[in-house]
Amino acid sequence: MLILINEFLKEKLTQIIKMRKLLSLTIAALTASSAFAGGYRVALQGQKQLAMGHTGVAVVNSAEVLFFNPAGMAFLEDRFNASVGANALFARTKFQNETYNWSASTENMGTPFNAYISYKVTDWLSAGIAVYTPYGSAVDWDQDWHGSHLVNNIDLKAVYFQPSVSIKLSDRLSIGGGPIYVNGAVEFNRNISRSITNEEGQRADLTIEATGVNAWGWTAGFMLEPFDDFMLGFNYRSEITMEARDGDATFNDLPAFLQANYTNTTFNADLPLPAEVTVGMSYKLNDKWMVAFDYNRAYWNVYESLTVSFANPAVPTSVNPRNYKDASTYRLGTQFKPNDKFAFRAGWYFDESPVQDGYFAPETPRNDSMGFTGGLTYQINSKLGVDVSFLYLHFDEVDNSYDHYTEDGNDGITFGGTYKNVVFSPGVGLTYSF
Amino acid sequence: MKNKFIYLSALAVVFASCEPEFDNELSNSTYSSGEADFSSYVAVGNSLTAGVMDGTVSRVGQSYSFPNLLAQQFAVAGGGEFTQPPFDSDVNNYGGLILGGTVIQPTRLIIDASAGGPENIAGMPTVDVSNQFATAYNNMGVPGAKSFHLLAQGYGSLQGVPLGLANPYFARHATSPTATVLGDAMMKNPTFFTNWIGNNDVLAFATSGGTGVNQAGNLDPSTYGSNDITDPNVFGSVYSQITTTLMSGGAKGVVATIPDVTAIPYFTTVPYNPLTPELIGGGDAAVGAATIEALNAQLYGPISQALAAFGQPGRISLMSTSGNSPLLITDETLTDMSAQITGALTQAGVPAAQAQFLGAVFGQARQATADDLVLLPTRSVIGTAPDGAPAPINAFGISYPLQDEHILIPSESAMVAEATATFNAIIKQVAAANEIAVADMNAIMNQLVTGLRVEDGQIYTADYFSTSAINTVLFSLDGIHPNARGYAVVTNEIIKVINEFYDAKLPLISAANYPGATVLPSN
Repeated sequence: MLILINEFLKEKLTQIIKMRKLLSLTIAALTASSAFAGGYRVALQGQKQLAMGHTGVAVVNSAEVLFFNPAGMAFLEDRFNASVGANALFARTKFQNETYNWSASTENMGTPFNAYISYKVTDWLSAGIAVYTPYGSAVDWDQDWHGSHLVNNIDLKAVYFQPSVSIKLSDRLSIGGGPIYVNGAVEFNRNISRSITNEEGQRADLTIEATGVNAWGWTAGFMLEPFDDFMLGFNYRSEITMEARDGDATFNDLPAFLQANYTNTTFNADLPLPAEVTVGMSYKLNDKWMVAFDYNRAYWNVYESLTVSFANPAVPTSVNPRNYKDASTYRLGTQFKPNDKFAFRAGWYFDESPVQDGYFAPETPRNDSMGFTGGLTYQINSKLGVDVSFLYLHFDEVDNSYDHYTEDGNDGITFGGTYKNVVFSPGVGLTYSF
Repeated sequence: MKNKFIYLSALAVVFASCEPEFDNELSNSTYSSGEADFSSYVAVGNSLTAGVMDGTVSRVGQSYSFPNLLAQQFAVAGGGEFTQPPFDSDVNNYGGLILGGTVIQPTRLIIDASAGGPENIAGMPTVDVSNQFATAYNNMGVPGAKSFHLLAQGYGSLQGVPLGLANPYFARHATSPTATVLGDAMMKNPTFFTNWIGNNDVLAFATSGGTGVNQAGNLDPSTYGSNDITDPNVFGSVYSQITTTLMSGGAKGVVATIPDVTAIPYFTTVPYNPLTPELIGGGDAAVGAATIEALNAQLYGPISQALAAFGQPGRISLMSTSGNSPLLITDETLTDMSAQITGALTQAGVPAAQAQFLGAVFGQARQATADDLVLLPTRSVIGTAPDGAPAPINAFGISYPLQDEHILIPSESAMVAEATATFNAIIKQVAAANEIAVADMNAIMNQLVTGLRVEDGQIYTADYFSTSAINTVLFSLDGIHPNARGYAVVTNEIIKVINEFYDAKLPLISAANYPGATVLPSN
């Protein structure tokens, strides 16, 4: 009657049979992409406008206006306008932590592109289509680096298709807008904990990958010319929620005892792209000089946390606080056209990061930045022009950390250090109009 | 036109080579050794210095020894090469030792998920003690060594190992059969040392359940048993001699104090009152309650009444049919009531032989209290049958008292606490007299009891392995030695002491990235 030992041991020792609990605790901190963060919103949506500090909500220059403010299409002089271009985006980040003598870096190249076409249907109505990639970058730290529990690498792509119409209400006022269709993909990898390895000592990690993520949004705006050579612009872009559904979640290098429960599965996650308002003005000082100013506000506060849920019930939902704040961008640009062959442009902007102190995660290691831009157009003939541009983004080095990693029930684990970014992007494009 | 493109491409190349740069790029010059010189670092001590975890030195476990982790941090501040006794022959990373084809030290402990507890990993150790290296290493931690062993000639004699006169770990690498641990350490001409010795001078007594003798007053350590407490004067003179010898070449160093047993999971994991109806009923509380009622009626009740009748009430109370009940234990400090119990039971009609047996078994029995420390291995003893005990008096802790070697009773704990305090006072005194740093491991381990918050915000405790702490547990499965993560915490505490005391600037390590227990689906 007193043969208790087996049951006793099973209970008292370690309750290891409750392996599910173990699983939930070790994976509780899994996260996915937050790469739709403002820090990665490197603005590269047109060679001419980029060269002018990426101003453009009140600039009527080329078909690039489809992105900046589709209302401006109706003010384009030519009947047909097309602009295509691409950039080589070089983003480099270095990280170090003096307390632990850690160093790491990530170096990536992206190739955002854009194509804009507008057509004047009648004197008062223009229609067009825009295709652009406002998120075309990536972060790729060394696998198993010191912040690998937050991110090893992330790559996301999003292509925007935006059919647009513009109506000239009067010679001085136009409105315009259109729906936006987004097709995106994300791949993200991180280690499942700060210490779990397989039997060979390789850190266990998880990749989540979703392709063909679709979403709809819209844009609308107006342009007003209150007096000659002075243009005001307003543009609104709606919030777009990228709903990744049934993406693949793949575990790698799991220890054998976790393999039974951590089977590969699918995941769901929502990534909000915030609503944005841009207001701005442009003024033609004379036939040769134009200046422009844009103010942009992105309503990032919608990005409170990134929540990833998994189809496999053994893999618990992961909640990752992001707590972004609304962020502003201030842009200045100028254009000098000495003759019909050449146009020279320069600009500057200040880009406020939506990331708050203590939420500085290495998947978007971006603080406030200042952009310096320049470029020129060479008009091969009256119809065809070549645009070149460059962007140099300056970041001060910053000491910051992500303080909300959860490990064994403690949700205040911090990872941080000193980060320094350099972003540079040369670009080239063609403009054709008649 | 063409020129412009060349110009632009050149520009692109210039910018493409733009590297981010820090104002103060980390390099070796970021760090410094201060007043210390790490060019030849030597560690002396016991299993904690050797890197024992999960009950043994293993090839991988040794790489996480705190001296090895420390030496890696010294590397940026003038640290030299750091060598450890070779464990390449532990090809399977099983740990353990063999001698003459016999296992003399079992393999390392792992968690077998299918069985539900720590076990020695299945397999044969491959480290043969008779394979001798006769070499001095920077890590001179010898598992099992007490303070006076570091000065003992013959402690590394292979011939002495089977006789229990020498240490198998030291025998592997002693430079000669008569070499001393300290003498071999000095062959490395230390410029910096750590010395964490003395634990076994008191803990061996504690881990044995207090079966040894407190040798206070006996100045001849050669007469001590392995589970005895060392005399404080012996400890003091040995400790001074080790320290002055290590410093004889001008070396500086760190000495570490001895943790109290109350901060070690070996003594704190198993509760004194784990017996519940669910447990006793094998998961079925109703069955358990019925069993408990039978035990109360047939065993606890009669013995309790007999004890009360003879003026010893309170030793044993009835078990609870709903909550937790304490374990039955033997306390050799109690008055032996064997004859009285036998007499009372005989009078009550119990057959003579049975009354005799119960009297003998329960003469010094009582139920455990919160002041008793149940040793970790006792967990697997509770409920098992003692040799020759007849049913139903055949379940350790439940119907048959646990023995001296299973429990540390308060009088034994008091001896341990007193010796620990005395030894630690000596360590601090010797360190102060020689102007070297102290890493107060006792204070640090005591902090773990309530929770030690480290730089990254994680709070570590002195708890034993559990599934809810798989990323944060610091102790290995033997309940005494840290795991890799725990050694990293130890290393950090020593680094902080060095940084402060010697005005050095060494980088910390992140304990979070170091592994815990090995968990296998089956064994």
